[in-house]
Amino acid sequence: MDPAAAKYIGAGLATLGMIGAGIGVGTIFSGFLQGALRNPGAAGSQFTNLILGFALTEALGILSFVLGLLILFS
Amino acid sequence: MADPMHQFQVQKIMDLPDFTLPVLGKVDWAITNATVAMAIAFGLVVLFFTVSTARVAVVPGRMQVVGESIFGFIDDLAVSIIGHEGRKFFPYVFTLFTFILAMNMLGLFLVFGPTAQLAVTATLGLMTILLVIIVGLVKSGLSFFKLFMPSGVPWYLLILVTPIEIISFALRPFTLALRLFGNMLGGHVAMKVFAGFVVSLGALAAGGGLGLLGIPGAALALGSVVALTALEFLVAFLQAFVFAVLACVYLNDAVHAGHH
Repeated sequence: MDPAAAKYIGAGLATLGMIGAGIGVGTIFSGFLQGALRNPGAAGSQFTNLILGFALTEALGILSFVLGLLILFS
Repeated sequence: MADPMHQFQVQKIMDLPDFTLPVLGKVDWAITNATVAMAIAFGLVVLFFTVSTARVAVVPGRMQVVGESIFGFIDDLAVSIIGHEGRKFFPYVFTLFTFILAMNMLGLFLVFGPTAQLAVTATLGLMTILLVIIVGLVKSGLSFFKLFMPSGVPWYLLILVTPIEIISFALRPFTLALRLFGNMLGGHVAMKVFAGFVVSLGALAAGGGLGLLGIPGAALALGSVVALTALEFLVAFLQAFVFAVLACVYLNDAVHAGHH
């Protein structure tokens, strides 16, 4: 196989890791919405925790994205 | 189509003579577009808070309300996460938040976003984690290392848990830096790619004939650019907030390391 083609395929495959991060972020927000609709009074105080969980989950997706860029441009 | 990575190139605006530092060796001492963008961000933050607190009144004016609400927002955050001792770390967290927010926002207005440079975000991340380690060692001495041994875990599980805790602690500066960098880089690349679609589909439509089908495509891409710009403003705020929250959480670990 042409090395350049292999590089592009590898970069594409590396970004597949974002699927997991997408599912995870969706789960976090769905969980928050479910809880918030049952007890709207407590929802506001949990905003920081929501963003914290979102950020920690998203970091893993970003790692795979950066890995894809590293493969593509190095 | 224009190269989407071109916008992240650091270019020298004014070259200054190289310096030789004792430990680091030769340092390229030049004013680049990254330096200028960061200086503008810093200047804007200082200017804003100087203007907003210039004439402090009991009944605040518009600028004072904005300044006070940003101040109160981060103050609440630091105190609610770290507790009573959060006040001590408030200046650092507040500086981080306003500086990153200014740099992120400038990235959307200027042609150059400093937070899309890994060197900038890595410096901020390393600074935060060094502060965490220093605060932890000064506050609780050797019991700072209890952070890696959660209490209430049986000893045979500690063999497994301690390495995981150490690895996750060591990864913190990397994730802190990469999260901000990746979000900013990804957002700018996506905007540039969609903007490139507008031009290339427009050029296709200019050829006439079947190429006219490119017009609705170009309109769709243009709408996407507008929507992405709005999303990027949200992301710019959110990432600055996330950086501040995580700095608080890590500092909380260090402050309360001795007793968990």
